[in-house]
Amino acid sequence: MKPDLSRRRMLLGLMAGASAPFLAGCDRMTQNAEFGAVLRNTEKLTMGAQRLLLGAHALAPEYSVADLSPVFRANGTQEPDSDEYARLREHGFTDWRLQVDGLVQQPLSLTLADLKRLPSRTQITRHDCVEGWSAIGQWQGVALGRILDLARLKPGARYVVFHCADELEATLDGSGRYYESIDLLDAYHPQTILAYAMNGKDLPVAHGAPLRLRVERQLGYKHAKYLMRIEVVSAFDKLWGGRGGYWEDRGYEWYAGI
Amino acid sequence: MTGQLVRRHSVAVRITHWVNVLCLSILLMSGLQIFNAHPRLYWGKYGADPDPAFITIAQGFPTWLTIPSYQDLASGRNWHFLFAWLLVINGLIYLVHGFLRGHVRRDLWPERDQLKPRHLWQEIMDHARLRFPKGDEARRYNALQKMTYLLVALVLLPLMVLTGLTMSPGLDAAFPFLPDLFGGRPSARTLHFITASALVLFVVVHVLMVVLSGFWNNMRSMLTGRYAIEHSGSDHEA
Repeated sequence: MKPDLSRRRMLLGLMAGASAPFLAGCDRMTQNAEFGAVLRNTEKLTMGAQRLLLGAHALAPEYSVADLSPVFRANGTQEPDSDEYARLREHGFTDWRLQVDGLVQQPLSLTLADLKRLPSRTQITRHDCVEGWSAIGQWQGVALGRILDLARLKPGARYVVFHCADELEATLDGSGRYYESIDLLDAYHPQTILAYAMNGKDLPVAHGAPLRLRVERQLGYKHAKYLMRIEVVSAFDKLWGGRGGYWEDRGYEWYAGI
Repeated sequence: MTGQLVRRHSVAVRITHWVNVLCLSILLMSGLQIFNAHPRLYWGKYGADPDPAFITIAQGFPTWLTIPSYQDLASGRNWHFLFAWLLVINGLIYLVHGFLRGHVRRDLWPERDQLKPRHLWQEIMDHARLRFPKGDEARRYNALQKMTYLLVALVLLPLMVLTGLTMSPGLDAAFPFLPDLFGGRPSARTLHFITASALVLFVVVHVLMVVLSGFWNNMRSMLTGRYAIEHSGSDHEA
């Protein structure tokens, strides 16, 4: 073996050895209940600061057709594998219904045609994944606020929960089912839409057919695909893991503005 | 040792320096954890797997360099953002103190005589020969040192914060000029990585200079504020 190679290896070994106790300490702190709470509470500081700067109406940047990603990466579930979804897909989603219930005075059951009859918004926006990649796509759909107005919120309504058709993790109790939640401020934001079309065509299966959420001031995992049911709630702590979403239950922030 | 002890670093500089050491170490290591979730960098307004990469590090960074020391993007992000807040608050304290109390003007801004080409050349040669100033010249930072510290405090660290904030979809809605300024979110992520690399390079050279130019004297000055000035002119070995 060449001497310089072994010296480099020794140097790397020394650095690894020096970082080991520091890292072990960090790992222990990550799993420690109190410090874990401090770590997670940073989210509240970030959300408070962003809400102060953003307000209710600041719009996410919109782009032109020239900026569209040539290929928009599909992430998460590419096709839900339930028999129910397969049947819906086979019939061109004509049997699909969007249920709207929970703290509403008028529960709704909407067909895709019902949604398409409502006024629509088209926007070209950037999709930012928590992993670090970005893609630009065009989305068309109906404002979530309009649907909530049709259903008329009851007093005490604070969050909108999205129940999806896809199961990311196979579990016996169904806790691997994808779901998400946002608060009313984001639900009534003008760019928050239920999208049924992407880049001028019906929403592809890989991107959440027949309907997905777009909530443009937050990261990709908030944009729930394969929507089946929208539930208005006062709190989400009794739902599945209690943190308000599939990835939130696995440690990610509920407020995904950064 | 012969010589004289002078007050070199104020309490504010000493505290913010060591808070910075902690923050930058954790930000680097949790940053590598986040980088490993998608170890490709792009230039432009969009960038994902189907698009050509600007820089790719196929296997990502080794786990002994990441926080946590196993793959866990969610926890890595939590660490990164907590210490990013601390870095920003610490940096603001440093800058407000530095500008109001004269630290930047008095200690960091190069003086006229230091900027003469002949002097600068002399400094470069002295550095190359590892000859460090003594006597009165040791009372102030040399010009290369001053320019490096100014570059780090006024350019690299603010750039780090701004490119980091540009990756936030929330802040891009609040400040749409941010992604435009850096040519897009993927470009900002690439610049974040390059600037971090520049800071790592700075730290390596900085620590090397601390060791070579009198480790204990330098450490004492950054801990207690007191720095020993050696007499110049003589060839004594301390």
